[in-house]
Amino acid sequence: MVGATLPISIVELLLSGAIAQSGHDAAGHAAAAASHAAPAAGSLGAVTGTLPQWTLLIPFLPLLGCVLCGVCAVLKIRNKLPALITVACLAGAFAATVGAYMQTVGGSGGGGGGGHHAQAAVVKAWDWISFHWRDNPSPSAAPDFVANFSFYVDSLTCLWMLFVTGLATLIGLYASEYMAGDLKTAGYARFYAAFCLFVFSMACLVMGDNLLLLYLGWEGVGLCSYLLIGYFYKKPSAVAAAKKAFIMNRIGDFGLSMGLMLTYVQFGTVEYAKLFPMVQGYLDLAQHGKMSEIPWMVQVIPVLFTLGAFGKSAQLPLYVWLPDAMEGPTPVSALIHAATMVTAGVYLVARFFPLYLCSEWALPIVAWGGALTALLAATIGMAQFDIKRIMAYSTVSQLGFMFAGLGVLGAVGGASHVFTHAFFKAMLFLSCGAVMHGFAGQLDLRKLSGVAWMPGWKIVTLAMFVGCLNLAGFPFITAGFWSKDMIIGDAMGNHGLQAIGWILLFTAGLTAYYTFRVFFRVFAGPVEYHPGDEVHAHADDHGHDHGHGEHAKGDETHDGSESRHASEHFHPHAPGWAINIVLLTLAIASFLIIPLVHPFGKAENTGDGHGHAAAFWSATMVGSSTAGVEPPHAEHAKFLGMTAHEGAMYASIAVGLLGIAVAFVLHYVGRRTAAVSKADAIRLGGVQTAAQHKWYVDELYHFLIVMPLRVLSHIFHAFDKLIVDGLVNLLGWMPRGAGHTVRRTQSGVMHDYALRMAGGVALIVLAIWFLNTPAGDGDDGDAQPPPAAHASVERAEGVEGVRP
Amino acid sequence: MLDTLTLAQASAPAPMQTGTLHHYLVVSALLFVIGLIGFVSRRNLIIMFLCTELMFQAAGIALIAFSRFWLNHTGETFVIFVLTIAAAEAALALALVVLLFRRKESLDGAKWSEMRG
Repeated sequence: MVGATLPISIVELLLSGAIAQSGHDAAGHAAAAASHAAPAAGSLGAVTGTLPQWTLLIPFLPLLGCVLCGVCAVLKIRNKLPALITVACLAGAFAATVGAYMQTVGGSGGGGGGGHHAQAAVVKAWDWISFHWRDNPSPSAAPDFVANFSFYVDSLTCLWMLFVTGLATLIGLYASEYMAGDLKTAGYARFYAAFCLFVFSMACLVMGDNLLLLYLGWEGVGLCSYLLIGYFYKKPSAVAAAKKAFIMNRIGDFGLSMGLMLTYVQFGTVEYAKLFPMVQGYLDLAQHGKMSEIPWMVQVIPVLFTLGAFGKSAQLPLYVWLPDAMEGPTPVSALIHAATMVTAGVYLVARFFPLYLCSEWALPIVAWGGALTALLAATIGMAQFDIKRIMAYSTVSQLGFMFAGLGVLGAVGGASHVFTHAFFKAMLFLSCGAVMHGFAGQLDLRKLSGVAWMPGWKIVTLAMFVGCLNLAGFPFITAGFWSKDMIIGDAMGNHGLQAIGWILLFTAGLTAYYTFRVFFRVFAGPVEYHPGDEVHAHADDHGHDHGHGEHAKGDETHDGSESRHASEHFHPHAPGWAINIVLLTLAIASFLIIPLVHPFGKAENTGDGHGHAAAFWSATMVGSSTAGVEPPHAEHAKFLGMTAHEGAMYASIAVGLLGIAVAFVLHYVGRRTAAVSKADAIRLGGVQTAAQHKWYVDELYHFLIVMPLRVLSHIFHAFDKLIVDGLVNLLGWMPRGAGHTVRRTQSGVMHDYALRMAGGVALIVLAIWFLNTPAGDGDDGDAQPPPAAHASVERAEGVEGVRP
Repeated sequence: MLDTLTLAQASAPAPMQTGTLHHYLVVSALLFVIGLIGFVSRRNLIIMFLCTELMFQAAGIALIAFSRFWLNHTGETFVIFVLTIAAAEAALALALVVLLFRRKESLDGAKWSEMRG
């Protein structure tokens, strides 16, 4: 599995090498220009410290876990050993991350110590790629292209790796119970192998000290995403979703690879420690408002990166793969498609934030892309019935928030929201997964109700409730509120992009509504349930072998009045200790992280939109990394007559509570049974249907891209069949036809052949006759031929005297 | 030495006249054509084989005649070899005919037409 990612990177290397070679002069110029523009190259991204070698455990423990799970699969181990290995390895990686974090931040980070001097270190595993190709004067000169297997650890890396490894450990534990239905097959070990490989890839992505290693991780997480979405590989919809995710990501990866190559062409290196000091030169230009002096190539690189980020993080126009990715097992949805992998795009933007500041177009694209995605996904999420899909759309929407936050120059807000979102979205997904697991795959919110009142579902309900509060942005007591508020405040404070603030504010209201729509329908209200149809499906390796619902029939069309009948023999399967512990941990953690993302008034009074940016933990983590550069302009807009952040806070409290209230009225008070609520009586014409059909975006893509390609491929097919194959077949047909004509002469009768042979000989004799006879001489066969005369002379000589 | 040669040559016949040669060649040609017609028109394998022998001998006659005409021994030598080989070939061919007869219980050469295209 590791090998599978390597060829990609090698091809990539060859490509980038070829491009870079041709653009060698440009690179030289650029380097010269950079050093010219920045006589005193800043310390941006420079290595300022060291880390012990055990930091390497962070990526390589999960890799070890992957190998061991593979061994388990080969040895046909059919117990929970792979889960044990995985959780142990990931917990080890988490411990190593905590250790590395302590060393990096020096213990000053927790709870807003304001320590602005976190170090950056590079830990090298081994030389990976390093070669010369120019006519170097001496072989000992520095190589022209270096991409080592080494890891760049600064506070931003730590921020990401803390929640990646931490959540991966918890979700691995959760999955040990969730995936238990597959214990009898090889699926369990396969699941965990891919799971560990994912964490390894994610570590390469986040920790790599050069763009190429980031790209390796980028492709690696894409591969693992593909493998895990298509985990139920006998289910056509899962396979289709896996392919869709992979192909959509390829479009984005194209942008990233182009950006990578351009980076090398422009800067002559892909290593962060060498790259960022060069970027500093351009950044100085940008901060002095001399945008026009920055070469266009530098400005294009972040735009290309944005394409990659939008593909990986499911933003417009490439977001359609993420909702379909919910075909994978729920732990995968929680870890990869909600908490970690999809934030890789945000990481990319945050890591290259200085470069983004050097471009006139990149950040507005990021901001508008994010804001529009947030709005669009929220509207779709409002109309869906599948709770996992609603969560998927909310993920897309929240990722939009993060991008919008970065785009309006609020790197701290964006990264903080990544951090808080990872916790509460994982929790929401895991709660939905517990419901799905317990009700035989039922995900339709019209067929489930009152889960909170059933025995054994208290912790799930609690976790779901906390998650919903966070997602809805319930004021003050949720981490999600503070991080979202930071983004909206940054947007409101940004003069040019205040419209984005309004969009995000509106979206926050929609989010609160659809979040609590799920909660009120599924967890509150009268107890009622229709089990899903997974009992029937488990025979074909579907996975969730509950052994409970033998007689359960998925009741498709009936109203709630008949539900008792339908679920007569079905007993919901309440989650076990593993799921409950994980959910409880996450619920508690989501409260514990509040101080990490909020200053609690310490620095609010600076009156500046970014005033508190240096005060609390996540701000420190972002601020002391490469994302911590000062944005070029510092004028801040007012909002509602207050500073943007204050105003945004009150506004988002209002819309959040309003959204929850609307959901309460429509889906709790106005509801008698699971299937019918007042909300269904509200007719919005075609809008509702259109939102239910995801605004027909899939259909539009089908019409705009798939159909033309299909028509084109039919044309090419016809061309191939008629012209190319036609010519080749014609060549084949010519001797064949000739043979067909001539074969009739082969009668098989001996006499025939003899006659024809005789005729042929006769013809040859006649031909020789006519050719040898001089034209006017006619038939002079009687004349003695000249050679005879000659011969007779010889003969006369030989027998002298006998004849005259 | 020259005398012995001369003696040997003294009893040698006079060279053949052109007219005489023509007679021989006509006989040879007739014999060849008879053989050819026989081969083409008859279906009995043995008769066909006999006809090939006829054609062989027609060629032999022509060779001997030319040899006599030119007063050298080339043609005669050649014919001696041809006769030898023809004898061997006759043995082989007759054996083949026997085998063929065993396969089809018939001597009809036209029955062997598997090579029809």
